[in-house]
Amino acid sequence: MSVVVRTIARILAPVILVFGGYVILHGHLTPGGGFQGGAVAASAVALVLVAFGAPAVKRLKAPFSVLEDLGGVAFVVLGFLGLGFTFFANSLAGMGSLFGTPVPPGPNPGYLNTAGTLPLMNWAVGLKVIGGLGTVLVLFGLVGRDDDR
Amino acid sequence: MTIWAVLQILILILIVVGSVLAVWLKDLLASVIALGGSSLLLSLEFYLLQAPDVAIAEAGVGAALTTAIFVLAIRKTQRKEEE
Repeated sequence: MSVVVRTIARILAPVILVFGGYVILHGHLTPGGGFQGGAVAASAVALVLVAFGAPAVKRLKAPFSVLEDLGGVAFVVLGFLGLGFTFFANSLAGMGSLFGTPVPPGPNPGYLNTAGTLPLMNWAVGLKVIGGLGTVLVLFGLVGRDDDR
Repeated sequence: MTIWAVLQILILILIVVGSVLAVWLKDLLASVIALGGSSLLLSLEFYLLQAPDVAIAEAGVGAALTTAIFVLAIRKTQRKEEE
């Protein structure tokens, strides 16, 4: 692609990645969640792939594959974490540990450190979506000829 | 008729125009750009209908990812549609 596209992509790709992370991290408070944030973050990979061509992202194939496996396994493990009560029971909410602050009753501005296993599940789904869509994009970029026009 | 209804009708008309352009254009890159613009307007319509969750998913998948995949496919094949 042209130098304009390359420069804009170099500036914009980290910003898109950070926004995807924000959408995943605030999934239990604001609109969005694992899938939406993962799709936004994967669009940064797509931007880099379109702007710089397949060789720029070729070595990301194995990390994306590992990331997808990690997300799936983490989601299942988080589901089994509540097995003392039921499958997928929210055993971390209100326990004071990670994401475990009890929410005071009444309207609030949205406390990030709440909701128990839900943010962790959002991260698991987000990692899986980033890994899956990223692997698809990288493999699609690698197949066939790649003449940069 | 409020201003929001007029805005939504305008957006829907523009979505139809973008879709027709995507079918009608012979330059496939321009066609993909029209499809991406149509998808982005659809995500704006979802936001106006108070479904911001769906709007983010549509903007991420419909407008960004499919456009990128189509651009890659055009780069690997040919740009002009054959008659």
